[in-house]
Amino acid sequence: MRGKCVIAGVGHTAYGKQPGRDRVSLIVEASRNALIDAGVDKAVVDGVLVKMANSEPSFLYGQRVAEALGIRPKVGGSLDQGGAANAALISYASMAIDAGMMEIAIVCFGDNPRTGNRQVYARPRGDDAVYGFYSTAAGYALIHQRYKQQYSVPDAHIGAVAVTVRDHGARNPNAQLKLPLTLDAYLDAPYLIEPMRRDDCCLVSDGAAAVIVMSAKKAGELGIDHAVPILGFGQGQESWDVHLRPDLLRTMAIESGETAFRMAGLTHKDIGVAQLYDCFTITPLITLEDYGFCAAGQAAAFAAEGGFALDGQLPMNTSGGLLSETGTPGLPLIIEGVRQMRGDANLQVGGDKSCIVSNQGGTMHTHSTLILGRAG
Amino acid sequence: MSFPQPADTPVAKPYWEALKRGELVFQRCRHCGESWLPARESCPRCLSPENDWVKSNGRGEVVSWIVYHTAYDEAFGSRVPYDVTLVKLDEGPQLLTNVVDSEAGKRLKLGSRVRLKVESEGDVALARFQLDDD
Ligand SMILES: [Zn+2]
Repeated sequence: MRGKCVIAGVGHTAYGKQPGRDRVSLIVEASRNALIDAGVDKAVVDGVLVKMANSEPSFLYGQRVAEALGIRPKVGGSLDQGGAANAALISYASMAIDAGMMEIAIVCFGDNPRTGNRQVYARPRGDDAVYGFYSTAAGYALIHQRYKQQYSVPDAHIGAVAVTVRDHGARNPNAQLKLPLTLDAYLDAPYLIEPMRRDDCCLVSDGAAAVIVMSAKKAGELGIDHAVPILGFGQGQESWDVHLRPDLLRTMAIESGETAFRMAGLTHKDIGVAQLYDCFTITPLITLEDYGFCAAGQAAAFAAEGGFALDGQLPMNTSGGLLSETGTPGLPLIIEGVRQMRGDANLQVGGDKSCIVSNQGGTMHTHSTLILGRAG
Repeated sequence: MSFPQPADTPVAKPYWEALKRGELVFQRCRHCGESWLPARESCPRCLSPENDWVKSNGRGEVVSWIVYHTAYDEAFGSRVPYDVTLVKLDEGPQLLTNVVDSEAGKRLKLGSRVRLKVESEGDVALARFQLDDD
């Protein structure tokens, strides 16, 4: 599938608070912007794929979105993999296009947990609530603690992830949180769920994002000169709940990354920039190790040494990620990857190398990977 | 203020009934010998529906832990800071619990030995643990 399909356009809403607006309206705005960015008329779109909304899963959701977009798609529907669904849907769209089932797809997501209902993130975790086990953050905190203890990692090394990503977000005019973070401020903030502090946790945001997927051939016919080739994709699913896993520090992101690299025919040295899902600071560290960019237990030191900075070995989350740009999961990271590959990113990273994007959901339950190549 | 209750399901009933007797039990597959928690009808390894409830020796070790500094439910408002600890039983199954003498996690280390200390919250008996200093 290497390079057969492209991301031909991207669009999003403002991120942050969108009081009184429903999520489907947000998706329509993002999709409108993506169509304008691609220079594509809605009339030729024959696929609509949408990620399920975390804050309100619902029946036949894909149809509600397609109706709001005024499209009767050949291929459509919604997918629930938590945050991994965005990259997964782009891979499914690519394969359906390659199979001749459709030609041009909108892949989209929107939600409004900030002004709407964010109860999902604080929920009791099944029968384990009797022991006081609540919230989405808790499972990640168990992984964070194991990582910190097993590898004797200083808190400042994990905090470096937040400091670096927040620096990128502070320079992004579209970011929801433009407040830079110092390491001292990180360490001084109270624990939320120890060892996790406030700034280890991503934002909760209203917003929507959308991308347009088509074949490279079609993009050529339409004269779209900034189309970004999709070089590889992969997925992997951990399935077991965190506390039932034999190893808290390895996930099926290993398989997801391997699949994507194999499809792309690339190795780690071909990757110049990364957009790694940073719902919590521990997440991109585990992903970096699972992807094989550094050895087990070394990712936090990599962050502390500036490896993720703009001039580092692997600049990461160059628009501010979930920690700073928007908590809207997944697609904004892909959009930033597309912009880096076009050369029109806000904080453009030099070179002609490729971009790797990770999306993931649950508590590292689901994982999907995209590898994007330079446009043109 | 109500304390959270485990779901009252037929498959999990033997687990919660055993704790009321002061025993921690887990399921073991009659076909392949796999052991697991929490309760389920079929073996997650070989999918056999035939299994037995087996009494644990109540010993295990700490795999990870977290400490809540804010309560997500008012039932825990007076308990913060409190630990939620992941324990691997010597027999293999893993479970989340509280270590009652952990001093909100401060006394815990990876691999800390713990032993069962059943405690009741209202009508529910819970599989809590205490540090095993022997
Ligand atoms: Zn079995």
